[in-house]
Amino acid sequence: MSVITYRQALRDTLRAEMVRDENVLVMGEEIGVFEGSYKITEGLLKEFGPRRVKDTPIAEEGFVGAAIGAAMLGLRPVVELMTINFSLIAIDQIINHAAKIYGMFGGQTSVPMVIRTPGGGGQQLGATHSQNIELFYSFIPGLKVLAPSTPAEASSMLRAAIRDDDPVLFLENLGLYNTKGEVPEDYAQPENDDVATIGRAAVTREGSDITLIGYSRMAMVATQVAEKLAQEDISVEVVDLRSLRPLDRQTFVDSVKKTGAAVICEDDWLTYGIGAEIAASIQEGAFDYLDAPVRRVAMAEVPMPYAKPLETAALPSVESISTAIKETLSAVGKRVG
Amino acid sequence: MADTTAKPKGAAARSSGTRRRGRKNTSPGLGDEKPEELLDYYRRMLFIRRFEERTAQAYTQARIGGYCHLNLGEEATVVGLLDALRPDDYLFTNYRDHGYAIEKGMDPKKVMAELYGRADGVSKGWGGSMHMYDTATRMLGGYGIVGGQLPLATGAALAISYRGGDEVVVCQMGDGTTNIGAWHESLNIAKLWNLPIVFVVINNFTGMGTTVEMSSAEPELYKRGSAFRIEGVRVDGRDVLAVRDTTAELVERARKEQTPFLLEAWSYRQKGHSVVDPAKYRTEEQWEQARADENDPITLFEAKLAEAGVLTDELREEIAASVKAEVAEAADFAENSPHPDVSTLFDYTYATPVPNESRRMPADPVFAE
Ligand SMILES: Cc1ncc(C[n+]2csc(CCOP(=O)(O)OP(=O)(O)O)c2C)c(N)n1
Repeated sequence: MSVITYRQALRDTLRAEMVRDENVLVMGEEIGVFEGSYKITEGLLKEFGPRRVKDTPIAEEGFVGAAIGAAMLGLRPVVELMTINFSLIAIDQIINHAAKIYGMFGGQTSVPMVIRTPGGGGQQLGATHSQNIELFYSFIPGLKVLAPSTPAEASSMLRAAIRDDDPVLFLENLGLYNTKGEVPEDYAQPENDDVATIGRAAVTREGSDITLIGYSRMAMVATQVAEKLAQEDISVEVVDLRSLRPLDRQTFVDSVKKTGAAVICEDDWLTYGIGAEIAASIQEGAFDYLDAPVRRVAMAEVPMPYAKPLETAALPSVESISTAIKETLSAVGKRVG
Repeated sequence: MADTTAKPKGAAARSSGTRRRGRKNTSPGLGDEKPEELLDYYRRMLFIRRFEERTAQAYTQARIGGYCHLNLGEEATVVGLLDALRPDDYLFTNYRDHGYAIEKGMDPKKVMAELYGRADGVSKGWGGSMHMYDTATRMLGGYGIVGGQLPLATGAALAISYRGGDEVVVCQMGDGTTNIGAWHESLNIAKLWNLPIVFVVINNFTGMGTTVEMSSAEPELYKRGSAFRIEGVRVDGRDVLAVRDTTAELVERARKEQTPFLLEAWSYRQKGHSVVDPAKYRTEEQWEQARADENDPITLFEAKLAEAGVLTDELREEIAASVKAEVAEAADFAENSPHPDVSTLFDYTYATPVPNESRRMPADPVFAE
């Protein structure tokens, strides 16, 4: 095991996949000469040259669509969208084409491509640059939407995404790039076959009092919450969704059946959000086991403000999630530390 | 090839494409074309005409659903264009795709079955009129979002160039498409990356009811490649041989020079935008133009062939009869093809299967044990 950053896990895995498969190429704005806005593609242009590392013009619809067309002919493009906010320009190509081509042509051709894109608030980037709009894509059959939260997950899930024959939206989070975690020694070896199963959630920490469900950055925060509450003698089980589509309902429903209570944390908006889907699934799958209503902790329903105190207040925190957990537990008379 | 983008505004002649090839007028002679070949073009155009007429009929009988856009009036463009391609060249089109699919080599029976939404359809009934697709003949799809096919086609050309292949992509669209963002982004990328692609604009002067002049600040569409340093050429889309020759030249240049081209072909849409559109927006004059014999590529060609003694009355009847029989065969095939089995509903969502994929029918519980 070695300890590396989330950023390095992505960078090294991407490189290893390019070494392994000649059909893998990377495309996006500022990924070559500039080496990536977040430096995930650092060194790739030097190593692989402009044929396989393609700087694109600022034309999200054009180059995302071109990646789809290239994938239809068997290439495996990994597109970097500078941030998920700009995917809105390419949303027609992603939803109307990438997601539909396999189905509407009766399974004759698939679109083996990956769109890597960071999102998330907390960087004082204001309303148009701080969004988590993965919900739009998670809604669409035909797309796969992954949201790894640790370096080890980032590595094995990126490998899975690149080798998968379907279009995968691969969510990163600006707040995760510098976080560290353990990865296997051979994580960056091209012959590594540690490929995550797309569509599986994970119980990343066992507990008995309540289930806390998150994904991407919030799965990391959920672990922090669990560690903190453990000191107060509250046992929190953490479920990391990891895959937003397909969604692994069974894992979190089983967990809720065990603990009898659930809190969901997400840093996207509450109304119609991913937490709403999780809560509905718990209701449908574990109603009889619930000792209290399911609570959701989500972003404040405002365009993200720039000012630091406002932005911080708008995002879920260890404190706000802990509070929701304690209130849920006290509502059912469970011991609250 | 002369860069026609250098022409002064308004000076472009309908026949610039053919003139470039040293021919005198919009009705070039039949040259030294072999009679069998000429008759073959005639037959193929007639086939599309009759196929589309049959399609319209089946649509009004509710045998075909959804939208249905026909190539009536554009047959010479379809046949000439596709005749200039190698079988291993790729084609992307918009939703007006039946004729193109057939000309690219797809089985008309399966095209008709797709229109009927049947299991033997080219896309197993999943696509319908707007989404003809076939890997084998490299018809890479009809697409229903205006301009949606442009980035895809550009990407296909990227894949060719990445592998060092010598195939070319042809990307068909209508005049209205030249104003959407994807047009500008795709032409720019195609030229930046030197991709082997020919963008073909079928200028039938209208997108639904909106005329070219109403929608394009530069209505001389072939000139619009100049913003991207892409050579543009205009051809008379009523003339199958002119379309063939001009396309062939552009496709071969795209192949050799590894660079994109733009082709504008004038055509006359004889009916409304789709089968159900009575085109009330058309003025009397516009209707006359659309219906005029001199704008009907088949009537035109027929007259030329007759004049040259290539098409006798006897041959004409023979061809008409065989086309009619083949169209009837396609319709019968479609009629008799089974509907897709509902049990296959979940078979085409993902190419790489996943656990936990939702495969629920309406009203199924999420957790069914
Ligand atoms: C993005 C988008 N906007 C609007 C439509 C509705 N629509 C379908 S066809 C069409 C006209 C397109 O005209 P043109 O590109 O000239 O093609 P033609 O129908 O003449 O072949 C419109 C507006 C659509 N399908 N997609």
